[in-house]
Amino acid sequence: MSERFHEIVLTINGEEVHERVDARKTLVDFLREDLSLTGSHVGCEHGVCGACTVRVDSVVVRGCLMLAVQCDGARVETIEGVSDQGEIADLQSAFEIRNALQCGYCTPGMLLTAQELLARGGVPSRDEIRAHISGNYCRCTGYQAIVDAVEAVAQRRAGVRR
Amino acid sequence: MKITDDVPSALSALDRPNSYIGRSVPRPNLARLTQGRAQYVSDVTLPRMAHVAFVRSPYAHARIQTIDTAAAKTSPGVIAVVTGAELSKVITPWVGVLTHLKGIKSAPQHAIAIERACWQGEAVCAVVARTRAEAEDGCELVEVTYQELPAVTDAETALDPGTPVIHPELGDNLTFERRHEAGDPDKGFAEADAVVETTFVFGRHTGVTNEPRAIVADWNPGEARLTVYQGTQAPHMMQNLFAKHLGLEEHQVRVLTKDVGGSFGIKVHTYADEMATVALSKLLKRPVKFVADRIESFVTDIHARDHRVNAKIGVKNDGTITAFEIDDLTGIGPYSVYPRTSGIEANQIVNLTGGPYTCPNYRARARVVFQNKNVMCQYRAVGHPIATAVTEGLVELAAARIGCDPLEIRRRNLIPDDGYPCAAPSGIKFEQLSHHEALAHLDAMMNYAGLRAEQQRLRAQGIHRGIGFAAFIEVTNPSAAFYGVGGAKISAQDGVTMKLDAQGALICQTGVTEQGQGTEAVIAQVAATAFGVPIERVRVITGDTDNTPYGGGTWASRAAGIGGEAAWQAGKALRANVLACAASILQAKPESLDIRNGAVVDGATGTERLPLHELARIAYFRPDTLPPGFQAELMTTRHYVPHAWPFAFTNGIQASYLEVDINTGFVTLLKHWCMEDCGTIINPQLVDEQIRGGVVQGLGGALFEHCLYDERGQMLNGNMADYLVPMAVEMPDIEIGHVVSPTADSELGAKGAGEAGTAGAPGAVMNAVNDALRPLDAQPITAMPLTPEVILRALGRV
Repeated sequence: MSERFHEIVLTINGEEVHERVDARKTLVDFLREDLSLTGSHVGCEHGVCGACTVRVDSVVVRGCLMLAVQCDGARVETIEGVSDQGEIADLQSAFEIRNALQCGYCTPGMLLTAQELLARGGVPSRDEIRAHISGNYCRCTGYQAIVDAVEAVAQRRAGVRR
Repeated sequence: MKITDDVPSALSALDRPNSYIGRSVPRPNLARLTQGRAQYVSDVTLPRMAHVAFVRSPYAHARIQTIDTAAAKTSPGVIAVVTGAELSKVITPWVGVLTHLKGIKSAPQHAIAIERACWQGEAVCAVVARTRAEAEDGCELVEVTYQELPAVTDAETALDPGTPVIHPELGDNLTFERRHEAGDPDKGFAEADAVVETTFVFGRHTGVTNEPRAIVADWNPGEARLTVYQGTQAPHMMQNLFAKHLGLEEHQVRVLTKDVGGSFGIKVHTYADEMATVALSKLLKRPVKFVADRIESFVTDIHARDHRVNAKIGVKNDGTITAFEIDDLTGIGPYSVYPRTSGIEANQIVNLTGGPYTCPNYRARARVVFQNKNVMCQYRAVGHPIATAVTEGLVELAAARIGCDPLEIRRRNLIPDDGYPCAAPSGIKFEQLSHHEALAHLDAMMNYAGLRAEQQRLRAQGIHRGIGFAAFIEVTNPSAAFYGVGGAKISAQDGVTMKLDAQGALICQTGVTEQGQGTEAVIAQVAATAFGVPIERVRVITGDTDNTPYGGGTWASRAAGIGGEAAWQAGKALRANVLACAASILQAKPESLDIRNGAVVDGATGTERLPLHELARIAYFRPDTLPPGFQAELMTTRHYVPHAWPFAFTNGIQASYLEVDINTGFVTLLKHWCMEDCGTIINPQLVDEQIRGGVVQGLGGALFEHCLYDERGQMLNGNMADYLVPMAVEMPDIEIGHVVSPTADSELGAKGAGEAGTAGAPGAVMNAVNDALRPLDAQPITAMPLTPEVILRALGRV
């Protein structure tokens, strides 16, 4: 049992956090239960739906497929931090204007995944957008509004006039 | 009647200053959702809150012999281990029947199984612990011994004499049967030049809400009150049921519903594990939380659509449909779900089949049987996708048989647009539909002739594309005819309380609820329009039985049509009250004044007379300056329920264009169209997005989604990797257009739009696949989901 709990130190949304975590605890449960960062959601707990999407050391990952102990020393970013930093303000606004969310449960993960694509630069095709967000399930919108919003932001960021 | 395409409808009667009717106003609650600042029930934590996990039956049918809880009780963090027998001391069982579904029967269902488990996944013991993980650890240590019993899994044999009866006290496995006959179907078939008969099979599927079901129950003995945070579509219904089964008065129960991570009809039912959670809170005198995990969701969230329909159509060579006949069989699990019952889906199929058409000859039988699988109940567009796919499948098969174009056969048989009001052979009543207008507009919108030409051209290159249609009707704005007349305490009416606050803003409390459809936006739009303030000055409060008018919630596409009309009436009433107050202050006649842009103005000139914040200041803080005897009433409530029609039917027609790879059986959806008529459109964007989302849920059922069971009643694909839901890459763009036939039952004229997409999409896709395969002499496909295997079998390739 001595191996069960681990002290970890990591940076979450720019703040250093020291916590003692159960070895079996997933990153998303750690964020939600230990740090009250409930913007990352739990949908399937087996890596399919994408509701738990967060960034670890700038890479988009599934918070349900990574353990909190694996994040010792890492830099973790959640929707709360990314929102407060203003990094995706244009994307959030586009989602709101286009009604690219209904219940909103998939939205934090969807935004981070879309931002991963947008950060590559250029204007992806609608098919490329659809392919890129296919690991994030949305049961409400039917996806078209999400594709529209992401496409609009890509064009705006690339300086394309619509 | 007029046609619009994603543009505001110009409604002159409603076209006041601050008119938001027909405008795509963004929803007021979106920023908290995009910023991760929402509060779903799964996010809720309370002081002293414990978590419950359930030991669930691994068998579809088993006698519970012993439950040894000793080891679990000493597991770290475990607070209590509770069996069904122990919990039954604080909660009574329920029976899911309605008196207007004649003859429907079911057995008492307990919050936790006692003595016998009737499906794989039914809870047999609860473990409450400090954390969910510790509760699950405790579950591992509960020792249950079972005697496996024969499982009834095949609906086809459920009524055979040799099949065990699941609830012996009921006599047989028949839950409900309805027979209906209208006109002279035998004569109709005799007069037909061709009769097409086939069997349609629809796979069981489920809602897969991204946020699983979640509940936090907080019994406070100090005030003898139960507060329940629940992701539900119907807070007042749940308030009534919690009170009833825990032996409380309704005023002792408060149900709070904040953000809900998807519902689609899944979250409008009574779930045994949620009832158990509430009972555990009462038993343990502290908050208890339950959040279903994904496997629990698959084996306990209601399933739907598991139907086999033998169906027949008669048609003359001139295209006239002479008769419809269906025989529907569905297996609904071991219990009829409480309180809406599991008879409604089959009942709807009888009601809706053949509904768009003039043919008067109709015979139907629907049988609903018990089986040892997870329960089935109402899911988005209850019965519609089945009735529509059956009707429209028959119509296109008949058209092919007589060599008639699929749009042309519909033109010859759809109820004429000037033929209303009228009733369908099933007895349902139509106020005003617009099938022909919708069809004509769809024909143009999709460039049907052009697509047919393209299809022909590509055939020569070995590319197999198909075009399929589905005309549909949708039940919306239900009156008490849906549930109330059958004895269920589910409100058909709904209300809006509207208050002018002390700074001149509008606060609206309503019994309709928000699960992402845009209810709050629609209520705010109507309130702002009726009263006369900028929409930014309106705040909408939903989902709290302590603080909203008694109402039904959001289901059956009722929020905009019923809640919206209540908001309209409340807005007008409060406006009259405010103008009376203004007249008193200004020494003017109320009828000479108006409210525009948040200020009382002179009606004739528009000149501002009194800002609302100043009026509120006087009314609230200096009423002494008002004339003696005048009392300002700056808060008012209005309710609405449809009166003239039991349901406000809507209509529309969808089209699918797709490509079938005849070597792999894969279907690529190229484009989808939907023309629909939901009456007055309050927010075009929200209507369109409801339809798009609904279409995609229908496409999921048509192509991918299937709860697979083996013959022992074991669900084989209860996870999101094996149960396929639509991904972005597989879905087409969906083009939408509208015909507008307002209902005269309300001043707003709005009908519902939430289920139209789901109603028509599966039938359109099935017809399109058959259209693609027809020249290849494939067997017509009448089974969903249309998997590659089904398609390759139809082609004779496997």
